Amino acid sequence: MNAKVTQTNPEGSAQKEAPKSEEKRRQMPRFFQVLLVPALAILTGFIIGAIVIAVSNDAVVAAFQNFFHAPGAALAATWRAIATAYGALFYGSFGSITEIFRGIQNYFATGDSKPLLLAIYPFTESLATVTPYILAGLAVAVGFKCGLFNIGAEGQFGIGALCSAFVGYSIHGLPWFIHLPLAILAGAAGGAIWGAIPGFLKGFTGAHEVVTTIMMNYISYRLSDWLLNGPMKATGYRPLTPVIEKSAMLPRFFPDPLRFNWGFILALAMAVFVYWFLFKTTLGFEIRSVGANPDGARYAGMNIVRNFVIAMTLSGALAGLAGTAQVLGIDHWVGQGFSAGYGFDSIAIALLGQSHPVGVVLAAFLWGTLRSGATSMQSLAGVPLEIISIIQGLVIVFVAAPAIIRWIYRIRTISTQTTVLTRGWGK
Amino acid sequence: MPPVLELRGITKSFPGVLANDAIDLSVEKGKILALLGENGAGKTTLMNILYGLYKPDKGQIFINGEEVAIRDPGDAIARGIGMVHQHFMLIPVMTATENVMLGVEPIRNGIFLDKAKVAKRIQEISKQYDLEVDPQAYIGDLPVGAQQRVEIIKVLYRQADILILDEPTAVLTPQEVEGLFKVLRSLIANGKSIIFITHKLKEVLAIAETITVLRSGRVVGTVNAKDASQEKLASMMVGREVNLVVKKKPASPGDVVLNVKDLCVRDERKNLTVNGASFDVHAGEVLGVAGVQGNGQTELVYALTGLAPVVSGEISIMDKPVRHSSPRNIMERGIAHIPEDRQRHGLILTFPVQDNLVLCTYYQPPFAKGVALQQKVILETANKLVEQFDVRTPNVFVSVSTLSGGNQQKVIVAREFSRPIKLLIASQPTRGLDVGSIEYIHNRIIEKRDEGTAVLLVSPELDEIIALSDRIAVMYKGKIVDVLPAAKVNKTYLGLLMAGVKPSEALQEAPATTKETEVERVF
Repeated sequence: MNAKVTQTNPEGSAQKEAPKSEEKRRQMPRFFQVLLVPALAILTGFIIGAIVIAVSNDAVVAAFQNFFHAPGAALAATWRAIATAYGALFYGSFGSITEIFRGIQNYFATGDSKPLLLAIYPFTESLATVTPYILAGLAVAVGFKCGLFNIGAEGQFGIGALCSAFVGYSIHGLPWFIHLPLAILAGAAGGAIWGAIPGFLKGFTGAHEVVTTIMMNYISYRLSDWLLNGPMKATGYRPLTPVIEKSAMLPRFFPDPLRFNWGFILALAMAVFVYWFLFKTTLGFEIRSVGANPDGARYAGMNIVRNFVIAMTLSGALAGLAGTAQVLGIDHWVGQGFSAGYGFDSIAIALLGQSHPVGVVLAAFLWGTLRSGATSMQSLAGVPLEIISIIQGLVIVFVAAPAIIRWIYRIRTISTQTTVLTRGWGK
Repeated sequence: MPPVLELRGITKSFPGVLANDAIDLSVEKGKILALLGENGAGKTTLMNILYGLYKPDKGQIFINGEEVAIRDPGDAIARGIGMVHQHFMLIPVMTATENVMLGVEPIRNGIFLDKAKVAKRIQEISKQYDLEVDPQAYIGDLPVGAQQRVEIIKVLYRQADILILDEPTAVLTPQEVEGLFKVLRSLIANGKSIIFITHKLKEVLAIAETITVLRSGRVVGTVNAKDASQEKLASMMVGREVNLVVKKKPASPGDVVLNVKDLCVRDERKNLTVNGASFDVHAGEVLGVAGVQGNGQTELVYALTGLAPVVSGEISIMDKPVRHSSPRNIMERGIAHIPEDRQRHGLILTFPVQDNLVLCTYYQPPFAKGVALQQKVILETANKLVEQFDVRTPNVFVSVSTLSGGNQQKVIVAREFSRPIKLLIASQPTRGLDVGSIEYIHNRIIEKRDEGTAVLLVSPELDEIIALSDRIAVMYKGKIVDVLPAAKVNKTYLGLLMAGVKPSEALQEAPATTKETEVERVF
């Protein structure tokens, strides 16, 4: 939809009304407008994060006690604290460009790839972290587009992971081109079933999906506890599954310890698929119609129940794929507490990405790189990991309450139209 | 004595639009001024300036001859200006008393709300101005007319001398309109002044002393109601001659297209609102369903279009039963539906115009191949329809919510009329539209009739029914009580039937037909 609105129709119907230029002005920079609030939300999140970093830094606090004698020193200390922290964060997320250059030179000079691999490690690790976020974010976004709030991505993620792991370790002797797709499909199917159940319940009984998906999460936690301690447990003390067969692993692009793998390509492909599905097919048209105005959709002859089920199934499948990509690409086994917040982060990502596949990919990118850079920030700059959670939390608050951003940056509300994410309770 | 309120040279522009251009206006004490204009003429902007919601770029406001600056609604209220909005600002789960005191709660013994005092004051106001309201009633339980009275009491409770009523009759039944007019007359008799915003010509002539007509943000003229006529006002409003009479040839009805027998339908609250309705509609005729709102018309249409389940009875379209068919199934038999609530049912407001134009056909070729939407075909079709149905929109990519009500309705008409249809079900097709759009939609409906389409028209506006219909079915408490030829129908008789008088008794009071019936459009 966004791609479309940037086009105008020069020889289209001549405008005959007074508010024409108003309308034109309103729709021309729409693409820019869509990005404006999230971008400013991120910026504001980082600025406030910087304040928190400065305030929690002992050197800065000490320098400020002397502020009236040496204001320059206090400001310099502040700057140093922030720059060190964010510098380390950036290094942890993307690595150092000079190191990468040196690595390339070295590789061509000596044929030794080790320094180069070491240099690109942070960035590839970020991309590996981004992968499940893209898929899980897409899952929640698809739900939003149909007016459904899928809080169950967490459970669907876990079930998908377990299903793909099971296929991954229990079948032996298959060639990879059969085993890998089979494991991927199993993960998607597991998530799809876990998502379809709330879809059916919503469609046929009116049970609100927020309640049912939360319940499905609990079921999935306990189910995986049981599976990991019983039927699926590998030999040993810890509740883990066996390691999957090599033929079921998503191939990695580089030798160990670089974990960047084909899961990332799968995630991008799914983003393209979701975009095509939502905006270029009749099914997507129906899902978006039901999400934007269920009464209007019913009037137009669309089957609301069917669309709820389709949307929740697809949503569940994508969340299941997120778990699958994590198992088959990164971990190669499943342990307790495996889903660990992916499902909930994905809600934040879908919100930040405005439920648009492109937005979701960008938001997942931010999320994953922040997560992956946070570790170096802690080790190199001594800034606690939790700062990242604070920044992420702030970004979500600002995206969810754009009025704050509009007020801070004095942006006039141009379009009164708001993105409909979910409907309220009731029918 | 200076006028109670005077505006001089009020100018307000929004980026790209001059909403108000040097507007002069004055209201005398104890008089009603009607502000007349089409949708988008600048009436609401002007009143929002007066109420302190917008700041004018230029111009002065005088109250009792004294220049004032109104910065916010608080200022306006302090100066005795009160506004009754078109969409009521009431809280349904609170009582009338609680709603009236909201924001100006009197306190007893330091911390307790003094509801009794407010209730007493409400009763005084009620008595003084003929505003019948039960202070203890919950707003949600009151009919719309009574809710409006609560709004007026709210304004009076805040001691307003100048009342602004924004399209107050848009939501009322004819009887409630009469009641409102009675209240307005008693208000001016008590020295209040009123600005009455509307685009309905008949009401203006019935209630106002002076009429100021706005068009495209300018004052076209101010006339005395005594010297004005509907034709004159209409042409001032629209800027060209408007044909107030629907021109149509006599119908040439063909076979029965829609047959309804003993139909019973429940509403959302499970009440049996359609209770044994029977009628039929022939090809090439307009059957108008007349009746006061809430007599089952809405549910009748829902049942016919598959939106509500049928409890009992038969519906057949072209001799095939459709009792249990889905909306899509019914649509595919050649039924078009202009829904009563265009924003709830008729459109997906956040979608672009082009998507709304294919909302019912997107899944069929040529708009889809398999599951793939054919965007190019959709775009071409949308551009063609926008041109053909004169939808005023910058392009087909803007969301339909940015269009005016009239143009939104044209999008629906364009979509429904561009399919091959046998039966058109039009439910309040001109609700809330301006003169120009009403004329347009009426002509299109008659055009369809002349092409041989059967038309079922449902409208609470009796004049609209009489103007368009060939036969009129009167609906009362879920039943069709009588079907009459429209050409010679006697309005008095119709009115009696609508009020629930049995046909046999009504005939004793008035004949069913007269020599001629005025067929004028409703505004």
